[in-house]
Amino acid sequence: MTVFGYRLPGMSSLIVWGLLWEIVGQMGLTFFIPPLSEVIATLFAVIGTAAFQKALAETAYAFSAGVFFAITIGIPVGILMGKNRLLDELLLPWVNVFLSAPLTALVPVLMVLFGFGMKSIVITTTLFGIWIIILNARAGVKQINRSLVEMAHSFGASPWNAFTKIYLWAALPEILGGVRIGIIRAVKGVIIGQLLISIVGFGALFELYSANFLMAHFWAVLIVLFALAFTIAEFLAYLERRVAYYAAKR
Amino acid sequence: MSQTDLAAAKADMVPESAVSTRNISKNYGDVEALRNLSLEFPRGQLTSLLGPSGCGKTTLLKIIAGLLQPSSGEVEVNGHTVTGPGPDRAFVFQDFALLPWASVIRNVAFGLEMRGVAKSEREAIAERYIREVGLAGFEHAYPHELSGGMRQRVGLARALSVDAQVLLMDEPFSAVDEQTRRKFQEDLLGLVQNEKKTFIFVTHSIEEAVYVSDQIAILLPRPSRVSEIIRPSGFRDKGADNIRRDPEYLDIVDQIWASLRSYVE
Repeated sequence: MTVFGYRLPGMSSLIVWGLLWEIVGQMGLTFFIPPLSEVIATLFAVIGTAAFQKALAETAYAFSAGVFFAITIGIPVGILMGKNRLLDELLLPWVNVFLSAPLTALVPVLMVLFGFGMKSIVITTTLFGIWIIILNARAGVKQINRSLVEMAHSFGASPWNAFTKIYLWAALPEILGGVRIGIIRAVKGVIIGQLLISIVGFGALFELYSANFLMAHFWAVLIVLFALAFTIAEFLAYLERRVAYYAAKR
Repeated sequence: MSQTDLAAAKADMVPESAVSTRNISKNYGDVEALRNLSLEFPRGQLTSLLGPSGCGKTTLLKIIAGLLQPSSGEVEVNGHTVTGPGPDRAFVFQDFALLPWASVIRNVAFGLEMRGVAKSEREAIAERYIREVGLAGFEHAYPHELSGGMRQRVGLARALSVDAQVLLMDEPFSAVDEQTRRKFQEDLLGLVQNEKKTFIFVTHSIEEAVYVSDQIAILLPRPSRVSEIIRPSGFRDKGADNIRRDPEYLDIVDQIWASLRSYVE
């Protein structure tokens, strides 16, 4: 956008919203909204604390483990469903049910099954991310151009070669799209899991801050989380654009 | 003329077959696509399969390629019965079937890659065929950067580089524009002369079939059978520029159209 002949850099509108926040905060209308400057000062103070770093490390661990399982299980299952009719008939209804199900309601069940700890959070994260990854990998394999499959066959490609050199690449744009959405959902999963279990990671921090009405701390941690989730999503969108040049021309 | 001379002259006229199909039938459920089809494909020559759409010419080509299994009957290539795709045959696809994420040279070398040829060796071979089809300088371009005609040259180079004796071409020029198609047809004549390979060529264009073929098999539909085999002989050596004006060329085109016209809706 250009204003008075100047080209504004991306996301300049954030400055306007930040200013608004600062003004509302300075007016002292409600304890719920401290000034942005105070939140940012708290943010830098909080980042250095052991409690925050422990929460960040625990969340990063739960998130990476959950996403790792979602991807390494989700992509092969999706590809197999796309290639095998029987498996597809068996699994597709469940995948669709879980994709639309309110998974938050499952977390208490998971707690009972797997305990009030890291294991439940990792499983929650995986459950949030995996279904869309499966569905997209399946869709990616289903749309592969038939003549590419015939081409691989006619030049004598082994099943392994056909898989690694044709199917995976031909389905890559859909797979990456699924991974991007899956990871965004996994961010929700890891936070919701921690909030409900609330004795580890950011869940414990949120519990602590809100119970003690430390709103500046609360907002500071929230800003860090939003920024992290946004950065991850943008990075994946960038990866997706790298393969977009052939996505439309397969 | 003595008996032996006659026999020799006959053998000279009908050269041995590189590919034979014997009593091929193919059914899709209740639909009979091919019925009891037998055809000989002479070595070192180009045979066209010509017919109206839905006559099963592509089905027959894919059965020869080993991509489809016939319901009954068998295909022999150089005396060996076909059970699936093999290194003795290479396929050129109507829609090119290139890997959009791979450069021209990787696409051309793909067949060799599948055969486990080392990278430097297969790229040297690929480079030679890229030059041969006139794409020198485009080795590292991607398919989406090329025109339709250039893409099919990549598909042709890929089929040539595996050095199969039999080249199967499924309407290879139908997705390129008219002028490029004419150039392709002229180049194909040179290729048949120089490469000493057996070409099996599916087309729905009568002019194209007569222009490029040593032998034309006319297929008629529902169910498909060979209705006629035509072997143009008079104009093949007159040069690419003169074929389209040759009376025999024009007569054959007319004759084929007369026998096909009643099958075209």
